[in-house]
Amino acid sequence: MTRREPTFFDQEARLAFWMLFPTFTVVLAFVIFPVIWNLWLSLKAVSLGDLRGVSLFEFNMTLENYRKVFGDPEFGTVLLTTLIYTTAGSVLSILLGLMAALLVHGEFPGRSMLRGLFISPYIAPVVAVTFTWSFILDPQLGVLNWLAVDKGLLAQPIPFLSQRWWDLDLLGVRVRVPMALTSVILFEGWRYFPFAFLFILARLQAIPDELYQAASVDGATPFQRFFHITLPQLSAVLSTLFLFRFIWTFNKFDDIFLLTRGQAGTKVLTIRVYDYAFGEFNIGASSAVAMILFGVLSVFLLVYFRWIAKEE
Amino acid sequence: MSRERLEKTIIQILRVMGLLVFIAIVAFPFYWMMVSSFRSLGEILLKPANLGLDIRKINLHAYYEVLFQHGFLRYICNSVYVSVVTVVLSVTLATVGGYAVTRLRFRGREFMSYSILLIYMFPAIVLVIPLYVMFSRMGFRDSINLLILVYLAQTLPVALYMLRSYFQTLPPEIEHAGLIDGCSRFSVIWRIIIPLSAPGLASVALYTFMIAWNEFLFAFMFLDTPEKFTLSRGVVQLAGSVHLSKQLVMAASVMVTLPILVFFLLFERYLVRGLTAGAMKG
Repeated sequence: MTRREPTFFDQEARLAFWMLFPTFTVVLAFVIFPVIWNLWLSLKAVSLGDLRGVSLFEFNMTLENYRKVFGDPEFGTVLLTTLIYTTAGSVLSILLGLMAALLVHGEFPGRSMLRGLFISPYIAPVVAVTFTWSFILDPQLGVLNWLAVDKGLLAQPIPFLSQRWWDLDLLGVRVRVPMALTSVILFEGWRYFPFAFLFILARLQAIPDELYQAASVDGATPFQRFFHITLPQLSAVLSTLFLFRFIWTFNKFDDIFLLTRGQAGTKVLTIRVYDYAFGEFNIGASSAVAMILFGVLSVFLLVYFRWIAKEE
Repeated sequence: MSRERLEKTIIQILRVMGLLVFIAIVAFPFYWMMVSSFRSLGEILLKPANLGLDIRKINLHAYYEVLFQHGFLRYICNSVYVSVVTVVLSVTLATVGGYAVTRLRFRGREFMSYSILLIYMFPAIVLVIPLYVMFSRMGFRDSINLLILVYLAQTLPVALYMLRSYFQTLPPEIEHAGLIDGCSRFSVIWRIIIPLSAPGLASVALYTFMIAWNEFLFAFMFLDTPEKFTLSRGVVQLAGSVHLSKQLVMAASVMVTLPILVFFLLFERYLVRGLTAGAMKG
């Protein structure tokens, strides 16, 4: 039997394997494995106290965790809150990003400074900006409440982040505003508009000038040019942005956790993951909610890679 | 006035107003963070609505207290250590890996490129509980080096993807001369690829630094011992322990925000490239 001499291509493949080995190992250990491990945990009755016990590896599967999660009377509310937060937060951040991009588009002095300023909410650490906003919105020491009361805009301070409902009297019509949820959504818009801003700005700069010139010659006014040229040119980037923002907002934990801890009607699914694990010490149920999040994410990614990525 | 002129005027007015509103809303929290950190507790309690900054009354006591009494000197060192090590490891491994994915032929190369993107979409909240369980059981969860490995897993896929896109723009012919002269692949990377990719590497380094420096969730869940806290973890600890003394929390927030914003302003162009090329998760 003759041993085949390693060809040039074999050598290259082997080299590639070793070059990718560290990355592959780290990702396997800290991304792929946790997801599988999470699935395993979601099918077991595990509490936070059991972590050092042997029961973790026994093969006694149960669907009890999923039954508990779906049977929870709060589940419907949490799901609805998640959907409202995700949709409104995504739309708001994209709208603000679009506005900011239109404002900064074009040549004028100080433009690059403005661009830098507009990206800073996104660059700054989440703990710093959430604590600053909590302070600004605080009912006792917050500058916003003090100014509003001082100027007679408000009769009394509003606990923006800790009050569930705010009864508003709009020209005789009573409206109940979900106060804390609205504040969290506004924060989401403030913090993440730079993401949309960057992409829309890049797209705006790529629209050929000839389109505008041709339209001007044909007598289109600035507003007409915006609605008939700019917006249609942006539609692809806007829909992709929406998909990405939706996925990320849906899975967002830090912001709400730091702003409200999920209190006052802001409990979303990601907060539920944490609450089950560290509020009720139920790791199994926590993993089950995480699996639901993961399932929804997979569906979105499938949609993206099957349809949207192919079109582009 | 023609319709064209009228609309142009309206647009100009809207634009100036819009810019002013945007600037105010974006900049105010940063301004307020800084101004409040320069005040004493007394000033904050007495005049919560005082918008101005009186240069003569700048009070740095909050910084002193946070740094020396609340352990932030230590947290700064920890954050620098975690971020720098993450950046060095991530850039090194992503350069080598990115080179392999772009230039070497092997089975599963296409699959690798796709799965990199997929992995990058995995949300931290799904990963944190199983990792918490696993490392608590193994008994080494409360470790700053473990945190670095987690950050590496979070940043490597994007870093590799970004560098792959960058390497694809370099003409392979430049390397051929080196390879024919008998250079190994690693010396090609070291002598040819790295010098040519400096801007791409800068983007990746900045981006990775930002992720590691700003990260909150894993640091919050993994670290128990205050000596090991990163800045973000430290700020949360501080905010939970002082109720009225907002000036302390604001001073701590300035400390964690300032380095990243300064970095960003200095190297804006690289970071923007990184943000749009990698489409940062957040």
